[in-house]
Amino acid sequence: MSDPITGLAHMLGQPFIQHALVAGTSIALLSGLVGYFVVLRGQVFAGDALSHVAYAGALAALAAGVDLRFGLFAATIAVGLVLGLLGGRRAADDVVIGTAFAWVLGLGVFFLAIYTTHSATGNSAANVNVLFGSILGISASAASTAAWIAVGLIALLLVLARPLLFASLDPDVARASGVPVRLLGPLFLAIVGATAAEASQAIGALLLFGLLAAPPAAAQRLTDRPWRGFVLSGLLSVLCLWIGVCVAYAAPKLPVSFTIMTTSTVLYAGVVLVTTVRWPAFSRRGGAARP
Amino acid sequence: MSVDLTWDLVADVRQLLSYHFMLNALRAGTIVAVVCGAIGYFMVLRRQSFVGHTLAVIGFPGAAGAIWLGVSSGFGYYGFCIAGALVIAALPGGGRAGSGLGGAGEESAVVGTVQGFALACGFLFVSLYKGFLSGLNNLLFGTITGVADHQVITLLIAGVLCLAVLVAIARPLLFVSVDPDVARASGVPVRLVGTVYLVLLGTAAAGASQITGSLLVFALLVAPAATASRLTARPYLGLGLSVLIAVLVTWLGEAFAFFSPYPIGFWVTTLAFGAYLLATGYGLLRERLGRRLVTA
Repeated sequence: MSDPITGLAHMLGQPFIQHALVAGTSIALLSGLVGYFVVLRGQVFAGDALSHVAYAGALAALAAGVDLRFGLFAATIAVGLVLGLLGGRRAADDVVIGTAFAWVLGLGVFFLAIYTTHSATGNSAANVNVLFGSILGISASAASTAAWIAVGLIALLLVLARPLLFASLDPDVARASGVPVRLLGPLFLAIVGATAAEASQAIGALLLFGLLAAPPAAAQRLTDRPWRGFVLSGLLSVLCLWIGVCVAYAAPKLPVSFTIMTTSTVLYAGVVLVTTVRWPAFSRRGGAARP
Repeated sequence: MSVDLTWDLVADVRQLLSYHFMLNALRAGTIVAVVCGAIGYFMVLRRQSFVGHTLAVIGFPGAAGAIWLGVSSGFGYYGFCIAGALVIAALPGGGRAGSGLGGAGEESAVVGTVQGFALACGFLFVSLYKGFLSGLNNLLFGTITGVADHQVITLLIAGVLCLAVLVAIARPLLFVSVDPDVARASGVPVRLVGTVYLVLLGTAAAGASQITGSLLVFALLVAPAATASRLTARPYLGLGLSVLIAVLVTWLGEAFAFFSPYPIGFWVTTLAFGAYLLATGYGLLRERLGRRLVTA
């Protein structure tokens, strides 16, 4: 693999890489776009909680012997709605979220104990896959299901994007001008929940932030304009996933979730560096001054 | 090991205490619970739960890396958690009360990124160290069987140091946490106090990680403190209650884990959450009764 082009062509010829890229690209785009609003609305901690719910849900499904994805989506969407409804009255307290999600993880451990006592083999691997993801091990059918669900969620998000932005930036004015703010909050958290469920299949429940928090934070540093930031966040997220998959392919010793997470951390750190030294082309002021 | 739960509580306790590993688990658990109950109370007051969770998670790569390199995992926990606390304190606004939550989105996104990166590093170390998958669960979700004698002593030293520093800074810390602006105006070094507190939080999280696992530290850091602050608004009474609840939850959790097939992480989190729910219910009831008394 001395020639990078040949190496790349060789890599793209592998079926497991194709599956990983099909599922990964759509999931990363979804996470980046949803993440932009998560960061904008200051709901990163809620996203964290939902990723833990994803773990408990997946293990509950494993313990009950049904499809893992069923547990993932049912648990995260339900909890997302509940969090949103609670937050409708009063901003969901960090202490409430923290207490509840510690218990949710505890439940996950409980289901893990049930699951490992009832099935003799392969249990540790399933657990590790839910926690830390296994995008290079995703099957063709799972990849295409994940991709279609991601496309559906992105479409839903795009429909909601305009009122959601309005409601996020200025909830009072939005409410006064007839935006259903009460409805949008729970609906958005349900989408975040579904995104957490999707991302769990790619980079794992615990590493969700690699695609959900780091790319939007970088995008917000690069531009003040909401729509530009929104799109940029999605693109950066996809970029992180691609680089991560390529690095993991080139260095098989490194787990792919680690390379993706590291790429997005390095990307964010790089953006911070570039914007802090105020390189005119990239700094906020420069971006805002352009017509 | 044959364990039978009977209706004779004295016999049950005697059976529990006849195992050396259980004694160690109870000793370590008590130390950790006292420290977490006290430090956690300020964490809830300062609204730094997310930072606390991140510090706990940072301990995971530390421990995994230490095991991979063949060093005692305690070094990894303390080293990484304290270093993580210093890094977060150095971030703009990191040491401030309420940082990393709600308000400015980017701050919490940064903390989240740090957290994800820490977990990813831990996963890397675990996968580099082959044949360690059951160890992974113990690191993340805790175990009662793995506490060695020297670990108890380390926990004790760290815990005593932690509490001593906490007592020394308790008054300014309370002041800074409740009203940072007035505290700054009256000459309290807000930033320094915040940084020292973060280091204490890191030390407490590192200790607790060794019992409940990195992911479930919250059961001891947040839930007892949150329960206590539901029950009383008076700071020192709340502090005492928080410690008491943390110790009770740990003892009961360890005993239940001993007599049942389910892991300690499940029991401790469930008991802690149950206590929180009870306290919330009690608070609502009291509020409603109080309102009725006022209107009558």
